Amino acid sequence: MQALNRHIHPGWLIIAPLMLMVVALYLGPILNILWLSVTDPEPGFSNYAKLTEGDALIRIVWTTVRICIITTLFSVIFGYSIAYAMVHCHQRQKTYMLTLLLVSFWISILVRTFAWLMLLGRKGLVNVTLEDIGLIAEPVAFMRNELGVLIGMVHYMIPYAVLPLLVSMQSIDQRVMDASRNLGASGSQTFWRVYLPMTMPGLVASTLLVFILSLGFYVTPAVLGGGKVLMVAEYISVQLLVTLKWGTAAMLAAIMLIGVLVMLWIMSRFMKLSTVFGGAAR
Amino acid sequence: MKPGLFSFFNRVGAWVLLLFLVTPALIAIPVSLTPKRFLSMPQGEYSLRHFEKLFTSEEWLSSFFQSGVIAVSCSALATLLGTLCAIGLWRVSSRYSELVRAFLLLPLIIPQIISAMAFYRLWIPLGLLDSYAGLILAHTILAAPMVLITVSASLATFDPKLEQASKNLGASNWTTMRRVILPSIRPGVFAGALFAFILSWDEIVVTLFISKYSVYTLPRRMWNGIRENTDPTVAAAAVILIAITLIAFAVSAVLSRRNARAQAE
Repeated sequence: MQALNRHIHPGWLIIAPLMLMVVALYLGPILNILWLSVTDPEPGFSNYAKLTEGDALIRIVWTTVRICIITTLFSVIFGYSIAYAMVHCHQRQKTYMLTLLLVSFWISILVRTFAWLMLLGRKGLVNVTLEDIGLIAEPVAFMRNELGVLIGMVHYMIPYAVLPLLVSMQSIDQRVMDASRNLGASGSQTFWRVYLPMTMPGLVASTLLVFILSLGFYVTPAVLGGGKVLMVAEYISVQLLVTLKWGTAAMLAAIMLIGVLVMLWIMSRFMKLSTVFGGAAR
Repeated sequence: MKPGLFSFFNRVGAWVLLLFLVTPALIAIPVSLTPKRFLSMPQGEYSLRHFEKLFTSEEWLSSFFQSGVIAVSCSALATLLGTLCAIGLWRVSSRYSELVRAFLLLPLIIPQIISAMAFYRLWIPLGLLDSYAGLILAHTILAAPMVLITVSASLATFDPKLEQASKNLGASNWTTMRRVILPSIRPGVFAGALFAFILSWDEIVVTLFISKYSVYTLPRRMWNGIRENTDPTVAAAAVILIAITLIAFAVSAVLSRRNARAQAE
């Protein structure tokens, strides 16, 4: 035991249970899925070749990427605005803002999706109200299309966009901005040339975080897209649970996984991952 | 910087956005009070019948119960494993341990649909599909990183000299852990347990893949209700979930305030 202790730190003994569990029950099957993507139904890259064959698959991938990019764009812009306001206001107001942000963060995704269903439907509250005040004559299709998916996704992602930005903005020394103003820069010059570049790590982390989370998002697109907007996550679930085709699903999962890992690696260059989540967990 | 016009408009915009984040969920309240049998806004008349149905229906009650059992077990297991692991990583703190930490955080960030696939794939041969054990294990793997983060954050403020002092005074490893380390990281452990509970209580994507008939959690039943889009009982359930969220939020706010005070002392 003594000899063992000298080579291996005893701390590993209490790390081991969780680590073994994650390796055996999580990493194992994920590697298995990667393996399936090149072996099922037959060895080779036939699953990947499907991407170039018909245009059905590539259209799903393209829809997913497009929706994720738009979601990320709006979430990060809105998130930046919220984070900026939070950092630049009085403590009391900031506490109220943070409370609202975290409450929305904590409300169940199912509750929120249900709420959007009630609000955006043909006879939903939004359409009824708009008709009552005479803004529209016909109900607007807010749902069962990309617009509905985007509303639901941006709504869900904004808090995730805010948290890394908040961490980054809080660490900025206010005196730098004062110095810029004293040296004769205007307010907008100071913002664009000093403030924005200084928040770049937070901006990158927030963008990648939202993009990654959007990629695998299942609930909101499935409900608000109403079968009309097919994204990768929903397609995978149909492949596995209805048509039982592991190969294609595994190929899509493998591409998604590799994309996510690459983005995580880029993100870790800008911000410690545990900071990103640490902010989220608080 | 002087609060200019831009800053003012931005603040107004931020408040509008924050209200946009919170208010949509509130529509569940009027819908849950409709006297009709289908999902609708009440017009003048209100009724509590859908809450009555929620609390007398065997199906919904069993889902509440199952979700509760699974979330509590998952929270306990994830807290135990996550806390031990965090302490271990903190004690080792080398290049390898940081690699292991990054690896263990992966279940939080890997898209849930991939996690769902992975568990589904492995649970078939292990015979864990549609069982309590299967759901608890899967949720624990997803939730343990949460505990790891909150406990690690607490450990970051813990003075390692206290541990040394305890050992120098003759305490064993076990006593030091129980009497010195654990009490000082308690807020992190509690916060982790709460997050793990909520994660499991609310989890739907993995649950959709690995449960079917015999285990039917609350999110699963809500999902069904949302897909069918007729029965207002879903709205009543949504209201209850919002209330639970607010309570949990208040508890965690109190905890974190106590934590902040403890750190200030």
